[in-house]
Amino acid sequence: MYKVYEIKKRIFDDNDQEAEKVREELKADGTFLINLMSSPGGGKTTTLKRTIDALKEEMRIGVMEADIDSAVDADAISETGAKVIQLHTGGMCHLDADMTRQGLEELGTEDIDLAILENVGNLVCPAEFDTGAVKNVMILSVPEGDDKPLKYPLMFQVSHCLLINKIDALSCFDFDFDACRERVLRLNPDMKIIPISAKTGEGMDEWYGWIREQVKEWKEAGK
Amino acid sequence: MHELGIIVHITKTLQSVAAENNLREIASVTLEVGEVSSIVPDYLTDCWQYYRKKFPLIEHAEMKIEMMPAVTYCESCEKTYPTVEYGRQCPHCGSWETYLVTGDECNIREIEAQ
Ligand SMILES: Nc1nc2c(ncn2[C@@H]2O[C@H](COP(=O)(O)OP(=O)(O)OP(=O)(O)O)[C@@H](O)[C@H]2O)c(=O)[nH]1
Ligand SMILES: [Mg+2]
Ligand SMILES: [Zn+2]
Ligand SMILES: [Zn+2]
Repeated sequence: MYKVYEIKKRIFDDNDQEAEKVREELKADGTFLINLMSSPGGGKTTTLKRTIDALKEEMRIGVMEADIDSAVDADAISETGAKVIQLHTGGMCHLDADMTRQGLEELGTEDIDLAILENVGNLVCPAEFDTGAVKNVMILSVPEGDDKPLKYPLMFQVSHCLLINKIDALSCFDFDFDACRERVLRLNPDMKIIPISAKTGEGMDEWYGWIREQVKEWKEAGK
Repeated sequence: MHELGIIVHITKTLQSVAAENNLREIASVTLEVGEVSSIVPDYLTDCWQYYRKKFPLIEHAEMKIEMMPAVTYCESCEKTYPTVEYGRQCPHCGSWETYLVTGDECNIREIEAQ
């Protein structure tokens, strides 16, 4: 005879628990993990390359690339000399904590201070799956428009830092910074917002400063 | 594919529930899916048909999906309204000070098992 069992669990619960474990392990190892998300072409790889070049002398950096089915981005990153591995998402449109853990094992976090995960280019489901990262960083690029927060609210709610990229192209688009900022802060009052150009380097110093501060805090928290 | 990722998580949860309760066979799984969650019910059941075959525990389990309506609450006029129709802006007073009350769920409600 079959019996009815009440479960009452969110589908994401098991992933959330796994993600919590990943974070604890990262803390013990003193590794700060950033989950970098954006629409396809938002500028994740370009931002990463410039960031690695700027910070590689002061911290040990490792990168995990989750390109759906090519190694293009991984090749681009390896030119910087940083340690990079390709994650195998099996054609999935998002990464979960389990896949992140496998990637971290391959990367070997003991001798990495800053690990960065380039998530799949998509603003919907990467927001729903906690990867176990310490902080979520999202890139919104100027050509995508200032109304993205209205269309993809969850992504803005789960992110800690927002990079508004491609500001060198501002004159070609009518991107309203104040309207965008207001929409973002309404969804997430604690969001750190940094306008940058990954192409020219404008605004990047503030971003590096944010990373330095975060890495330092995380290492102290793990002591 | 997004729905397959979700099925993988549902299966993991069912496996741990089965282990805790000494269950050998699940006959059905009932989900609550919100109207504005990112899940497409038809895709989800298609993925389920395919994925369940790999596990004796859920091999014959039927997936039942109950859709939950999306409702938004307006802080300015303290009324609620249907989200799918009106979005984030309150149709009663025009305010943007609104938040979703229900509609983004994605829960396993119950199973039938032995
Ligand atoms: N003008 C301008 N172009 C940029 C900037 N950042 C990136 N790009 C260009 O935007 C395109 C996409 O950049 P990527 O860094 O590959 O973007 P991505 O987010 O890694 O893309 P996917 O991995 O395919 O999702 C490239 O042609 C870059 O040269 C910027 O700040 N300004
Ligand atoms: Mg890329
Ligand atoms: Zn997905
Ligand atoms: Zn109202």
